[in-house]
Amino acid sequence: DDDDDDDDDDDEDEELPIEREAREAEEERKRVAIEAAAERASDAARQAAFRLPSAKDIEQEKHRPPDMTLIQNRLQDVLFVLADFNARRETGRRRSEYMARLADDMANFFGYVPELIELFLEMFNPAEAMEFLESNEAPRPVTIRTNTLRTKRRDLTQALTKRGVHLDSVGTWSKVGLKIYESQVPIGATPEYLAGHYMLQSASSFLPVMALAPTEGEFVIDMCAAPGGKTTYLAALMRNTGTLIANDGNRKRLTSLISNLHRMGVKNAIVCNEDGRKLPKRFNKVDKILLDAPCSGMGVIARDPSVKLQRSIKDIQRSAHLQKQLLLSAIDMVDAHSKTGGVVVYSTCSITVFENEEVVDYALNKRYVKVVSTSLPFGRDGFIRYGSKRFHPSLKLTKRYYPHVHNMDGFYVARLKKYANGVKKTEVEEEEDDDEDDDDDDDDDDDDDGNDEKKADVLPKEQQQNNNNKKKSKKGNSGSLKNKRTTKTKKKKQRGSGGEDEKGGAANGKANGHAAAAAAAAGDAT
Amino acid sequence: IFSAVAPNAAMRPLTEEEMTTFFEKLAKYIGRNIRHLLDRKDGNYCFRLQKDRVYYASETLVRKAQSVPKENLAAFGTCFGKFTRTRKFRLEITALDYLARYALYKIWIRPAGVMSYLYGNNVLKAHLGRITENTPKHHGVVFFSMSDTPLGFGVSAYTTKECRKLESTAIIAFHQADVGQYIRDEDALSAYQS
Repeated sequence: DDDDDDDDDDDEDEELPIEREAREAEEERKRVAIEAAAERASDAARQAAFRLPSAKDIEQEKHRPPDMTLIQNRLQDVLFVLADFNARRETGRRRSEYMARLADDMANFFGYVPELIELFLEMFNPAEAMEFLESNEAPRPVTIRTNTLRTKRRDLTQALTKRGVHLDSVGTWSKVGLKIYESQVPIGATPEYLAGHYMLQSASSFLPVMALAPTEGEFVIDMCAAPGGKTTYLAALMRNTGTLIANDGNRKRLTSLISNLHRMGVKNAIVCNEDGRKLPKRFNKVDKILLDAPCSGMGVIARDPSVKLQRSIKDIQRSAHLQKQLLLSAIDMVDAHSKTGGVVVYSTCSITVFENEEVVDYALNKRYVKVVSTSLPFGRDGFIRYGSKRFHPSLKLTKRYYPHVHNMDGFYVARLKKYANGVKKTEVEEEEDDDEDDDDDDDDDDDDDGNDEKKADVLPKEQQQNNNNKKKSKKGNSGSLKNKRTTKTKKKKQRGSGGEDEKGGAANGKANGHAAAAAAAAGDAT
Repeated sequence: IFSAVAPNAAMRPLTEEEMTTFFEKLAKYIGRNIRHLLDRKDGNYCFRLQKDRVYYASETLVRKAQSVPKENLAAFGTCFGKFTRTRKFRLEITALDYLARYALYKIWIRPAGVMSYLYGNNVLKAHLGRITENTPKHHGVVFFSMSDTPLGFGVSAYTTKECRKLESTAIIAFHQADVGQYIRDEDALSAYQS
């Protein structure tokens, strides 16, 4: 019996090498799993036990150099709490305190001016804002656009692959785009590049040109053309026919524009150097216009991180002011009766509402344009409301692009169709006209603008001029290019008098008669 | 010597003298094919001079360009080159499209020699892939890669027959302009200096 027992024990003690390895692997796995669980538990414990730092702690932190790991952990913790606020909040702390801490930490961790962080937190929920900020730290993939004037995408792919470039189509949404994964040769200096077979261009820059979709023989203007990526794409779509005006207000950027146009074999372009707001003096009856307006660059922070610290809300509003003027100029140049066109595409590389939806909404109020579908196959819809602002519902058709959603630079594209030439009068001016007509009070032009209390802001010069022209019934500069018609659809019901109908009819001749009659009576009024 | 034309002049057609100088230069590369530039079936094309640069564009484009004031007009159509201060004409790389299409004598450069040429070097016998028959000596030639992509233009150093007997380090053609200039020498291509 003893022998049998001994034999059994020996058999059990002897392990084959493979059994020993399996046992050790199993133990290793268990140990790792235990450690991971412990870490999760400690994280959870930390998060559960997360307390917002007191004012004293914050003071102390300010005096020390910033501890990035501490801030990063705190960011994660605050986001965790905000994700399920009612369940995870520290009793007694308000949501605003958590948000303030989040904003502060984000500004410190990523290196932004606090104003900008507040702006992003207005646009996105906290988790998405974090994604957005993180996506601004890494560059987007390099993309190129095949120049269909010189080659085809398939041939270009072959040629570049032979040179040792790893590339792939940019997506089903474009027939000319290619994404570069890695390259053994500098992609901006291959013989194919120099021969004008492709252009280095970010994927989001394809979108406004696709939305504009010019065709052969049209008269097209690119108002902010340098360095020429979108302009050359326009020319390729137009097959080098028609007329393409490539304008840029900045003289220093013209050399790269001219160089790119020649390199890519564009034959139908005129390059000019004018302030976009003065272009309507040179051109009118244009078919299509692309306005890729200068902006604050909030969507391309990954490319230019200096924007984080150098931009403020004031800069954004200044951009917005310029953009509004440029958009009105663009609309004035386009011909509503063009057979194929009457289209303006407005785009920016910014994601702020002030430079995007607000600008388009402004144009809708000032001119006879409507927002139509961009026919772009992806992208988030534009905002219809933002904070306390409300925009025209058609703005839903505009498109927004984000780096953390679409993996391309932040962008905004809106396509506007002009359905009638002329300048719209806004409600404010209609009320003034009502008062003036009723009182039969036709003041001198100089007195007008000062005395009126109803005018909240100073009207842009064009509007003032129109008002003046209406009263003086003179054909001013703007009069020769546009038919001055005003629709007073809202007020028409209220007004019954024949005089008003005449004004509504609005040929200059009729306005002559009415204004002359009013002017005669003006002597009495003053 | 200062140019007879004020640098800020508005766009105008070339004078007889300027036309002759310009066409003589062009003819060195495309010979009688110059008439293809002027007699085109898809519209009337013409040459115009602005700020000492010669531009080639259709008449409709020229008319539209005339509505832009001279200080603001930077370029239109295709720039062929510029007149120097001594009123000689210098052809630029921007004209390559048309030179390549109508070239009389062509040289194809081997892949090994392409990068060297694009840095501005002359073409050696070792890089010679193919050359048009009966290429005269010291005549304008246009350079292509083996896949028929235009690379630039220059002047031949030897006739085709002579080329065959040369050793591999000999220069068979002189470089005048290449597409690498779009990166190396961008500023020279426009009337405005940045």
